[in-house]
Amino acid sequence: MTETVFFYCFAALAVAGAILTVTMRNAVHCAISLIASLGGVAGLYLMLHAEFLFAVQIVLYIGGIMVLFLFVIMLVNLEAAARERQFHRSWVGGLLCAGGTGAMLAWFWLRGAGTLRLPPAVQPTPREGGNVESLAMVLFRDYLVPFELASLLLLVAIVGGVMMAKKRI
Amino acid sequence: MPEGYLPIFIFLICAILFPLVLLAIFRYLRPSLPIPVKLEAYECGIRAASNARGRYTVRFYIVAILFVVFDVETIFLFPWAVRFRQLAWFGVAEVAVFLSILIVGYIWAYKKGALEWV
Repeated sequence: MTETVFFYCFAALAVAGAILTVTMRNAVHCAISLIASLGGVAGLYLMLHAEFLFAVQIVLYIGGIMVLFLFVIMLVNLEAAARERQFHRSWVGGLLCAGGTGAMLAWFWLRGAGTLRLPPAVQPTPREGGNVESLAMVLFRDYLVPFELASLLLLVAIVGGVMMAKKRI
Repeated sequence: MPEGYLPIFIFLICAILFPLVLLAIFRYLRPSLPIPVKLEAYECGIRAASNARGRYTVRFYIVAILFVVFDVETIFLFPWAVRFRQLAWFGVAEVAVFLSILIVGYIWAYKKGALEWV
C-alpha cells in the first residue's frame, strides 16, 4: 500500500516536472523543473531497489548535468530567445499528425484490447549483500575492459570541452 | 520501498516545506510598502551594473564540463570503495589505470591553460 502511494508521488513529480520543463517560458525555471523531474525518477529508482542508480541520479544528473545546463543557459543570450514565439506556427500540421497517431493508437487498442495480455509484474528482490556491492563485483570483474574504456571516453570529453571553449578565449 | 530511506524522505519533505511555510507566514506578518529602491536586486549596497541574465564568459563552461567529467569519475570510485577488501590489489591496479588516464587529461588541461582565470 505504502509502495503504491510512494510510486504515485514520485511518478507525479517526474511527469509534472517534465511538463513544466517544456511549457515554462523562463529557461532557468525550465532547468529547475527538470531538476524536480529527475528527482522523481531518482525516487522511482530507489523503489526498484537500485540504490546505486539512485545515488548516481542525484550526484550526476541533479548535481552535475544540471549545473552544466545552468552554465549553458547563462552562456547564451536569453533575452533574444524570450522575445521569440515559443510555439511553432505550423500548429495545424502538428495537430493533424498528433490526432492521426492518436486515432491509429485508439483503433488498434479498441480492436486488440482483448488479446493484449501483460506479463505479471516482476517484484524486484534485494540481492545478497546489497545493490552497490553486487554492482562492484560485476563492474570490476566481468566488465573490466568497458570500465577502463570509460576513462578514455571521459578523457575525450575533457579534450573536446577544452578545445571547443579554448579557441574563443 | 527499501528500508532505511524513510528518514531521508521525511527530511526531504521538511526541507521543502520549511522555506515555503516561513515565506507564507511572513507574507502576512510583514508590512508591504514597495518602492523602486527596495525592489532592486540587493548586492551589498552597490548599484547593479547590468541585468543578471546577460551573457557570461565561456570560461565558466570549461569549469562546468571539467566538473561533470570528474563527477563521473568519482561515481566509479564508490563501488570500488565498498568492495575494497575483496578486490584487493587487483582492484587497486584497475582503479590506478582508470585514474591515471584521467589524470593525464587533467595535466593536459592544466598545461593548456584551461584552468587559468585570465
